[in-house]
Amino acid sequence: MPTIDPEAVVGSRITNQSLSRWLHSLPGVDKVGLEARTASLGTRSIKTASKAWALDMAIQMMDLTTLEGADTKERVRSLCLKAITPDPTDLTTPQPAAICVYGDMVKHAKEALGKNKIHVAAVATAFPSGRASLPVKIADTKDAVNAGADEIDMVIDRGAFLSGNYLEVYKQILAVKAACLRKDGTRAHLKVILETGELETYDNIRRASYLAMLAGPDFIKTSTGKVSVNATLPITLLMLQAVKDWFDQTKIQIGVKPAGGIRTAKDAIKYLVVVKETAGEEWLTPKYFRFGASSLLNDVLMQRQKLTTGHYSGRDYVSVD
Amino acid sequence: MFDYSPAPESKDLVKFQASYGHFIGGKFTKPANTFSTINPATEQVLAEVSHGTAKDVDSAVKAARTAYEKTWSKLNGATRGKYLYRIARIIQERSRELAVAETLNNGKPIKETRDVDIPLVASWFFYYAGWADKLDYAGLGANPRAHGVVSQIVPWNFPLMMLAWKIAPALAAGNTVVLKPAETTPLTALLFAEICQQAELPDGVVNIVTGYGDTGAMMVGHPDVNKIAFTGSTDVGRIIAKQIAGTDKKATLELGGKAANIVFEDAALDQAVEGIVNGIFFNQGHVCCAGSRLLVQESVQDVVIKKLKARMENIRLGDPMDKNTDIGAINSKEQLTKIDRLVKQGVKEGGEAWAPSCVIPKNGFWYAPTIITGVSPANTVVREEIFGPVLSVMTFRTPAEAVAKANNSQYGLSAGVWSEKGSRILKMADQLNAGVVWANTFNQFDPASPFGGFKESGYGREGGRHGLLSYLKGSN
Repeated sequence: MPTIDPEAVVGSRITNQSLSRWLHSLPGVDKVGLEARTASLGTRSIKTASKAWALDMAIQMMDLTTLEGADTKERVRSLCLKAITPDPTDLTTPQPAAICVYGDMVKHAKEALGKNKIHVAAVATAFPSGRASLPVKIADTKDAVNAGADEIDMVIDRGAFLSGNYLEVYKQILAVKAACLRKDGTRAHLKVILETGELETYDNIRRASYLAMLAGPDFIKTSTGKVSVNATLPITLLMLQAVKDWFDQTKIQIGVKPAGGIRTAKDAIKYLVVVKETAGEEWLTPKYFRFGASSLLNDVLMQRQKLTTGHYSGRDYVSVD
Repeated sequence: MFDYSPAPESKDLVKFQASYGHFIGGKFTKPANTFSTINPATEQVLAEVSHGTAKDVDSAVKAARTAYEKTWSKLNGATRGKYLYRIARIIQERSRELAVAETLNNGKPIKETRDVDIPLVASWFFYYAGWADKLDYAGLGANPRAHGVVSQIVPWNFPLMMLAWKIAPALAAGNTVVLKPAETTPLTALLFAEICQQAELPDGVVNIVTGYGDTGAMMVGHPDVNKIAFTGSTDVGRIIAKQIAGTDKKATLELGGKAANIVFEDAALDQAVEGIVNGIFFNQGHVCCAGSRLLVQESVQDVVIKKLKARMENIRLGDPMDKNTDIGAINSKEQLTKIDRLVKQGVKEGGEAWAPSCVIPKNGFWYAPTIITGVSPANTVVREEIFGPVLSVMTFRTPAEAVAKANNSQYGLSAGVWSEKGSRILKMADQLNAGVVWANTFNQFDPASPFGGFKESGYGREGGRHGLLSYLKGSN
């Protein structure tokens, strides 16, 4: 896998000052313009064959998620079984990309999924707040990786970011990435959660995206799903623009994962339109785009049934999870 | 591959008659001297419409005069407002039908007629309906008066929207009108005539005469017309100004443009690229205020052009009735020939034309979105209004140079400034010789905002309180 030289990208030795200069030299984001562009893409009309394609792609891009204090082994097992057979009435239904759980649930998920190729993703680094010391975050990450997690969803230190301590944020991501290494030399995929709802401005979100990308993750992800503003279409468009520009500059392709608040098939299709018309077709694969969602799957399944059978079923025709 | 399947809007939402007469005195005349009006995307005939003669124009002006004297000038403002509100609501109720009709006859994408044209048409009537009983506050003293009978001639680029910009303020101010739609796009004006009937607007307050330029000339020259309102080319505007010289006819002329869209290095570049696209490719560039001259600061030229080209690869050209179409058909063969001639001239003069790879349909009139780089203020494509999806790209080094280049035009209708620095925007707006200056946006229209140009872009303002004044005279 190609790697970048962060110092070449930043144009200097990595210090907080050089990071700050680099991030603040990025072009600004005009809120009105960004939201208008998103709204205009939202009017795309996706019908028939293209809709069927999009629904199946949306399922394959899903990180089926349960992140609750009340999660149990049985709850996780039930979700895994749902991922294996999303729609028992139609076995052509594709499987989601991954199951996303807390670190202590990784072993239960691995067990339930068995040899299935569905990944297990674990949130780590004192998710969702990220308020713990670096050694705790690293231990949290290693614990999940050792339990068999294929992917790690870490959170950035928003406090450090907002106080201008970019170097700290950067170093933490590097440290967590190092903790993703397995004993056999392979590495769990790393997704970096920016928690965009707490960064608030689009300018901040662009800077956080670049700062995260500099550390070389596999994905940048919008949100934990635990704050009042989670994934939105304009934020996702902005991050897709960032990974596209990053690719043009470095030839390194990084994925994007919106998470939290995406509940309907209609919304998911809008996201796919934004992916296609912002980053391009190269991102329309589970390798480079994921949805972090829980209730989305059932709505997509119902829409899928509607396309095959010609009529709507209802909530009792898809399984609760 | 995520290919969007066809998503066509239904053609059956509108039912055109086989042939139309003029709408005079509240009734349609018998079709006569008819000519065909087509769908420019397919070249299929949609209906036959009548070519207005001197006799038709005379009876339309007479009907308007009678309506003005016997009815419309006798009604109070609140009652006139009531009719305008009624028209606005009917437009909203019939918005889908009107959007389809406009797309079929004009060639512009259904996305635009549905989301821009028709909502703006309704909003113009709502806005001026509110003014009808408040004319004493228009700034012309107590009891300002209408001119009387107004001849209005509108272009083909926004057929129904231009009709609304003309008729709504005229009626609110108490005038009666004779309006001629463009010869290539008469159908929504004729549907509007039906709406006037549906709203029970008194006979003769609105009269629609269809035809070519000669019909328009008769409307301008008719001795019993008090005011002319024209939107169209500078050439025709000049003819009108000559024709009414020495008479006491008032006129507002909204003519051509060659707007500069100025992108500074500190702009939000991704949104600026969107603004460039919206500025020149909206409505196939058939927009008098289109941002047809891009002025980009040299330091960001490469990144802006790269992003612009990438963005243009996503523009979907094709069937205007498809809900996912971004660029529809060129309105007429004549216009297509003009665009083609000017671009060829630009290339001959040393410009480099680039267009994304898009499939051009077999029938109808089409032009791929195009940018021309390597041109300077001395080139034809920079000076002449192309009125098509063609952007000329130039660079500048300093704000003063940007102003000098932007103002170096016979026109002065609109301009755009892209910068994240507020003080720079205000200074540019002050120095740009343009009727409208958009900051970090482009092609935004609102009934409350006046619109109009300097220099050869015409005179008079439409929209807002200013737009009302063109249809009123003071009580002195």
